[in-house]
Amino acid sequence: MSKPMRLSNGGLLDRRREITFTFDGKPYAGHPGDTLASALMANGVNLVGRSFKYHRPRGIFTAGPEEPNALVTLRNGSRREPNTKATTVELFDRLVATSQNCWPSPRLDVLSVNQLFAPLFVGGFYYKTFMWPASFWEKVYEPAIRRAAGLGMVSRLPDPDHYEHATAYCDVLVVGSGPAGLSAALAAARTGARVIICEEDFRLGGRLLSEPHEIDSMPAIDWVARVEAELTSLPEVRIFRRTSVFGVYDGGTYGALERVSDHLPQPGLHQPRQRLWQIVARRTINAMGAIERPIVFGGNDKPGVILASALRTYVNRFATAPGRKIAFFVTSDDGWLTAQDVLKAGLPIEIVVDARAHVADALTRPLSRAGVRVLLDAVVSDAHGRPGLKHIEVRKDDKILQFEVDVLAVSNGYNPQVGLTTHLGGKPVWSEECGAFVPGELPPGMQSIGAAAGDFALAACLRAGMQAGRTLASDLGFASAPAAVPRADDEPCAVSPVWYVEHRGKAFVDQQNDVTAKDVAIANREGFRAVEHLKRYTTLGMATEQGKTSSVTGQALMAHLTGRTMHQAGTTRFRPPHVPVAIGAFAGPHVGKHFKATRYCAGHDWALENGATMIEAGQWLRPRWFTKPGETDWFESVTREVKTVRAAVGICDVSSLGKIEIHGRDAGAFLDRVYVNMFSTLPVGKARYGLMLREDGIVLDDGTTARLGPEQYVMSTTTGNAGKVMQHLEFCHQVLWPELDVAMASVTEQWTQYAVAGPKSRKVLETLLGDRFDVSNEAFPFLACAEFFWGDVPVRLYRISFSGELAYEIAVPANYGDSLIRALMRAGAEFGAVPYGSEALGVLRIEKGHVSVPELNGQTTAADLGLGKMLSKKKDFIGRVLAERPALTDPDRPSLVGFKPVDPGQRLRSGAHFLAIEAAATAENDEGYMTSVTYSPHAGCWVGLGLLKHGAARIGEYVRAYDPVREGDVEVEVVSPIFVDPEGKWLHE
Amino acid sequence: MRIPCPFCGPRDVSEFVTLGEATGPRPDPAAPDAAEKFFAYAYLRSNPAGPSEEHWYHALGCRSWLKVVRDTRTHEIESAALAREGAR
Repeated sequence: MSKPMRLSNGGLLDRRREITFTFDGKPYAGHPGDTLASALMANGVNLVGRSFKYHRPRGIFTAGPEEPNALVTLRNGSRREPNTKATTVELFDRLVATSQNCWPSPRLDVLSVNQLFAPLFVGGFYYKTFMWPASFWEKVYEPAIRRAAGLGMVSRLPDPDHYEHATAYCDVLVVGSGPAGLSAALAAARTGARVIICEEDFRLGGRLLSEPHEIDSMPAIDWVARVEAELTSLPEVRIFRRTSVFGVYDGGTYGALERVSDHLPQPGLHQPRQRLWQIVARRTINAMGAIERPIVFGGNDKPGVILASALRTYVNRFATAPGRKIAFFVTSDDGWLTAQDVLKAGLPIEIVVDARAHVADALTRPLSRAGVRVLLDAVVSDAHGRPGLKHIEVRKDDKILQFEVDVLAVSNGYNPQVGLTTHLGGKPVWSEECGAFVPGELPPGMQSIGAAAGDFALAACLRAGMQAGRTLASDLGFASAPAAVPRADDEPCAVSPVWYVEHRGKAFVDQQNDVTAKDVAIANREGFRAVEHLKRYTTLGMATEQGKTSSVTGQALMAHLTGRTMHQAGTTRFRPPHVPVAIGAFAGPHVGKHFKATRYCAGHDWALENGATMIEAGQWLRPRWFTKPGETDWFESVTREVKTVRAAVGICDVSSLGKIEIHGRDAGAFLDRVYVNMFSTLPVGKARYGLMLREDGIVLDDGTTARLGPEQYVMSTTTGNAGKVMQHLEFCHQVLWPELDVAMASVTEQWTQYAVAGPKSRKVLETLLGDRFDVSNEAFPFLACAEFFWGDVPVRLYRISFSGELAYEIAVPANYGDSLIRALMRAGAEFGAVPYGSEALGVLRIEKGHVSVPELNGQTTAADLGLGKMLSKKKDFIGRVLAERPALTDPDRPSLVGFKPVDPGQRLRSGAHFLAIEAAATAENDEGYMTSVTYSPHAGCWVGLGLLKHGAARIGEYVRAYDPVREGDVEVEVVSPIFVDPEGKWLHE
Repeated sequence: MRIPCPFCGPRDVSEFVTLGEATGPRPDPAAPDAAEKFFAYAYLRSNPAGPSEEHWYHALGCRSWLKVVRDTRTHEIESAALAREGAR
């Protein structure tokens, strides 16, 4: 396939192989080694898309991640990715790219009429132009603006790829692999230090891939290969290619994105698309280099206007150029070096314009000798052509000269990449010497070197690299003999930046956001002069490019307008991420079911075999109900389970409740301090319900704690609070009372525990245990507990009840859990035992008036829950003092009571608020709220628990349960919260 | 942020839970002004811009409660010790 703009030789391309791709549906070809941008350029495609606001034609402006214009949508279907920079997309076979923000094509774009309305889109336009009428904003203006402005479209399909997270540790992290980075990595690596080098390109070398230098008397590219080979041979060195370091975090932690398979049509089998690295480095060398600056003149965004350094990259590395009639507009020595390279590549140069009056002969001579026209002390004021560059106007001594060109390379000095240096709060400082912002205070452990520190010349970069690598490694105790600094020349790099040229056409400061010089002037006029205000008012420096080519220029314009120096104007603070990172990479593998761990009870398989529908309880999966053949909905199953427990016996997995072993001579004393009630006096072989408060007097958690031995207790917690209670107990022990002899361990996962509840529960256990253990009422009364052995398997038995029935809980080590439930069900068969799930558990506890998670909501006191009498007066405990605060003992506080609808056919809703019957539904009249509701088979209607002002004193009254969200307004009777067996006789039978 | 746990060595902050500023010791509950003292203990924080003594729990590690001195301006960790050793 012909590539009209490919130079006949040169470039770091594999010309033997051809890669085919399409852009806007048209097929093209490139070579391995190309980026999408270089391949498009080689094919003569210079118009790549349309701009954000004005839909102006745009081309390729840079050769790297700072690209503001050449944004394309890559791939299609579910892998479609908008706003990728063509300059960083490594060409792969069958790549599909489309242009953005234009219809029907970049050449003929209907919305380019936006340019006619440009006066409407000036800086801050959305704050003023579309303000009236106010109601139009959401419905008319915003949707219209969003349609017209903006970039690519997302696929709206699930991402088919997966992403990894990984962590790496090193002594020295080197960011960037240009001359400074490579020599630093080499010097550090030679000491034996662990070195990681991150390069965002797919090749090491940085600018050495684009510039024809000599190092150690060999072409720079060969020197790079030699260093790469040595680094690869060292065992403690890791080289991360295609990896961008995007963030600096505390403690020497860095975020980096490795594009593992973005250069492939799709990831290989089991290969992630990208890998998010957390790199922990003791020292870091920031050698990220610098980015060339544009100049603000009329039409400086035309396709064909390009950064000179980018043109050098396209010519030298990719053997292509965007045109054949090339002009230069420079203010720096470096621009002349580019011009020399372009000349050497055999490309014709029309003219070189330098704003400076004096330029070293050594720079100009090779060009003038080749017949290139050179104009010093002159500027380019306007560029013209549609859609691409056709001619430029040059102003010299107040005369305007016209030149026909199709490429204008711009060189205005370099901005060191200070992005990462500001992530922990450092502020860049203006250096008159470099004519640029250089790093200020650096993150701890970081050193900036080379162009990233404003040190642009090659020999200086190599020297700084060798020295930094060796010094930082030696700080860490890695020593080596000094090695010779690679020999190279320092090229001239003087610059006298020109930020702004008087012009007629539209002159862009930020091409990605279509911010013009005029917009900066408006911001100044309207008082948005601080750099951070300027950024937000005009959007200068936002979006994917994050001001890499525009920020400093905008600040320079503002400094000029306000008569401040660059130092006074300062610069905006860069924050992570330095380059765009897909949300998928941040999420990594933690998506869907992998978002958090799933914990399975030992009886999980058995439950599924028996028709269980599962529910998540914290991380645990618990049976919610068991569907019997013929049952058609959950209500039917749950009601049957509840009725069976009340009439016969039911079995429920309670393994997910927290279980904490507490051992030690002072275990009892310790529990006395964390629970409101006494545990040191609890006899061995007994269990007791316990309530614990937070130090502020609010209820933290509840549960049953059993004393298995003189120095051994087992505490149970609610499922959701198990971790929090463990943390609380550890705090109490380690921080408050380290003198107590007590130790604790969570054993939630180690034990499987089943509740056996109902009037026939004793019979089931008798059948199960036989003569292994006597469960008679006399031998094992209510609240007894015991540990015994079945063979060599320990069994824990508790006579405790959450349902209000005669009930037991039996526990075995978790690996016997499956056997236990099967054995229990066999033993229970003749008594009609059924398994019941968490829904039935909830019904049973509400009927019995037991509080649970909806009542322990972080707002309730013990007294609110009717448990005020449990607070011991004989001892101190966590929360005792603050529980006595007036607001927590206010008799007006809502307290726990039960509710029944006056019309038994009506349904109750938890969350409904209580109002006096005649009261208006206002916040002032609010008297509390419903916490738990259920249909009670026992009562034959819905019943609820709730917190009501003066609740206990209002039994027998009527209030409204008002639930406007679900249109509920039910008259309810205030009743005792205990709906079954109020005397508690069943428990003792 | 990385916290040098005395048991486990320097570990990433994601392994830890913080309780915020260490306001201890827990006041004497029998003191006549216990109510005011406990109020201050539970609620009042000095919130310094600079080194702050904090309680951190190595939840995904050794389960130690640590007393960590962290500079709130820079997140620099000056020290991390077992809370039980520094306890009154």
